[in-house]
Amino acid sequence: MVDVRSGLGEALPPPEVEDVELYHPHSWWTRYVFSQDAKIIAIQYATTAIAIGMVALVLSWLMRLQLGFPDTFQLVDAEAYYQFITMHGMIMVIYLLTALFLGGFGNYLIPLMVGARDMVFPYANMLSYWIYLLAVLVLVASFFAPGGPTGAGWTLYPPQALLSGTPGGKDWGIILMLSSLIIFIIGFTMGGLNYVVTVLQGRARGMTLMRMPLTVWGIFTATVMALLAFPALFVACVMMLFDRLLGTSFFMPAIVEMGEQLPYGGGSPILFQHLFWFFGHPEVYIVALPAFGIVSDLISTHARKNIFGYRMMVWAIVIIGGLSFVVWAHHMYVSGMNPYFGFFFATTTLIIAVPTAIKVYNWVLTLWRGNIHLTLPMLFALAFIVTFVNGGLTGLFLGNVVVDVPLSDTMFVVAHFHMVMGVAPILVIFGAIYHWYPKITGRMLDETLGQIHFWITFIGAYGIFFPMHYLGLIGVPRRYYELGETAFVPDSVHTLNAFISIMALIVGAAQIVLLFNLVWSLRHGREAGGNPWRATTLEWQTPETPPPHGNWGKELPVVYRWAYDYSVPGAPEDFIPQNQPAPSRVSHEAAS
Amino acid sequence: MSAPLKPPAAETYHRPAGLAGFAADWASDQRAFKNVSWGKAMMWIFLLSDTFIFGCFLLAYMSARMATTVPWPNPSEVFALDIAGAHVPLILIAIMTFVLISSSGTMAMAVNCGYRRDRRKTAALMLVTAFFGATFVGMQAFEWSKLIAEGVRPWGNPWGAAQFGSSFFMITGFHGTHVTFGVIFLLIVARKVWRGDFDTERRGFFTSRKGRYEIVEITGLYWHFVDLVWVFIFAFFYLW
Repeated sequence: MVDVRSGLGEALPPPEVEDVELYHPHSWWTRYVFSQDAKIIAIQYATTAIAIGMVALVLSWLMRLQLGFPDTFQLVDAEAYYQFITMHGMIMVIYLLTALFLGGFGNYLIPLMVGARDMVFPYANMLSYWIYLLAVLVLVASFFAPGGPTGAGWTLYPPQALLSGTPGGKDWGIILMLSSLIIFIIGFTMGGLNYVVTVLQGRARGMTLMRMPLTVWGIFTATVMALLAFPALFVACVMMLFDRLLGTSFFMPAIVEMGEQLPYGGGSPILFQHLFWFFGHPEVYIVALPAFGIVSDLISTHARKNIFGYRMMVWAIVIIGGLSFVVWAHHMYVSGMNPYFGFFFATTTLIIAVPTAIKVYNWVLTLWRGNIHLTLPMLFALAFIVTFVNGGLTGLFLGNVVVDVPLSDTMFVVAHFHMVMGVAPILVIFGAIYHWYPKITGRMLDETLGQIHFWITFIGAYGIFFPMHYLGLIGVPRRYYELGETAFVPDSVHTLNAFISIMALIVGAAQIVLLFNLVWSLRHGREAGGNPWRATTLEWQTPETPPPHGNWGKELPVVYRWAYDYSVPGAPEDFIPQNQPAPSRVSHEAAS
Repeated sequence: MSAPLKPPAAETYHRPAGLAGFAADWASDQRAFKNVSWGKAMMWIFLLSDTFIFGCFLLAYMSARMATTVPWPNPSEVFALDIAGAHVPLILIAIMTFVLISSSGTMAMAVNCGYRRDRRKTAALMLVTAFFGATFVGMQAFEWSKLIAEGVRPWGNPWGAAQFGSSFFMITGFHGTHVTFGVIFLLIVARKVWRGDFDTERRGFFTSRKGRYEIVEITGLYWHFVDLVWVFIFAFFYLW
């Protein structure tokens, strides 16, 4: 079991990478604010992402109040509803999930897990965060701009995004949204190049690609995908900005608004949809792959068992990443495409189910006869598997053209994507927070508060999104401000909507428990020690906790084994750290 | 920075030959690309990403051009100059292309001199490259002002499809911005070379890391990429 996978056997290659020149901060400002240390940058990224995520959470509350009790609250009018739905979607997908997984977990975990001192270009890494912050500020600014934020929906489809019927279409909203996205992409590229090059070129001695923890594989593949998918969004944003500001007609057809012929003509709205979804579909997996990777490590660690089928897991990640670039038009079955395209994209979409199913089977087989510890990270990991299977199955429905057409633009779609790329990755984020918080702060998060947080979030999320499938099957459309008196909508829909809204309020409020726990445990949490979960991966083997600047003290770690040596027969402990030499080597070195 | 590039000592372990060796190299420890420094790897991956940006721009332009119901202006006519009474199509673009491709030649020579640690020649050749680049941008400015004077605007032009002007300004503008950044980058690196920063291991102002002559090659990668992109723009926009 020791090392069947790397091909290195007992021989350890000589160091090829010289120790990094680190920037040593001289003042409080360069140490904690304009820091070049990936760990500080990670915390900055995570804090900003969670802060803006809280804004999106409150927006969802307001929308649910409107949907659940349309006649009771006067908080939200139709315009505000569309603005909130747009900002909620965009913030959650890009500014929270992408930034938190790649900028937050990527920055913290990649250097530690591959045994590096820092990212390869710490200065560019620092800039990445500050540009991301600027993007967030520009986005937030649209709430205060004349006309408010854009209400075009998170997909920003033209022509409606640029028309006066859409909030922010003729005002600042859409301009600020597009600018913010462009800034985000520039900032992300600086960070993303760092993550990729660190994984490819900056690993410790003995850390082959096939010894890397799956967390690193997930984040790495997602980052590569992001570097290739964001360009399409960048181009779409630039072109739409020109349509709005310079009067070009890339996406705008000849159009009459309020009886007035607009100066546009000859543009193609479908072109925007292609560009957007060429980014948008990989984006789903940019969020999902880090979650896949992290959850594999959580399950293996907390079930005290090696991950089942490591090599298959790696290839599944890579294949999912590749396939996700050829499925984008399944978002456009009702947009008007050649039917043969629909056939092609339905086929590729369904093929993705194969590597995804392999991953799910492997997680379950890892649990099979494992020594399962029902710790908080494990609870969240189990919840993730169930939720992901749920969301994945509805994905099979929506991937088929004939089934998708009647379900398009209903609440069924909302239920599907919230399950699969909302709830599922966020459950992993929570699990990861409970898992790595001890390494980041040196203290454990409170268990009781964590249990409360978990059960309310897990059951509540099902309370919110399960009924939505039913609403969708009845035909309740998405993105409707209120249903009013509609013949095909029975009373049960209104009751369910009220139920969903109450659930949403409760689940949202439960997140305050987590926030409180994060702050409270900083001072009052139990001391964690260096390796509270008795895990094998390198980040738990640092000489100090939390790891200092440069991570490893004088000597860089040397890796002798893969990341999953749990419960090895004959070993004195039920885990063997990656940097522990094989017994034969130890005795050999002792003898010489 | 990363590494003075030592070849891995071969006697400690053996990599398999052939395709298996290729895979083993990729997956081997520390570095996937042996003897490729961090800076170079980063530039290559950035260029891959940038390729997707230009690719999307060009595809968007092509789809607009194929979909338009209004005639597309004839580039040979639009980009023609009257020189000494003769009407020469695409003459300015031909000169611009020639200048830019020549600059790739001087850049390659600069990289060579850089690795020979010939400080003066490297700096001089980089300045020549920057000069060619600036000339290119200058001619592009001339081309833009000529078209604007003839009535081409992002939202329309006298000869046909409005997307002609939009795509033209967007794509050549985006490329011109790349060239301009390249020129600035070249001037900065040329100054460092001239001052001998890479011989004295002077630390960078922002990053406080020691620079190496390799940065000349990395600048060169970017510059060649910008040239290559121009070839595609030339083919797809002007010659089509």
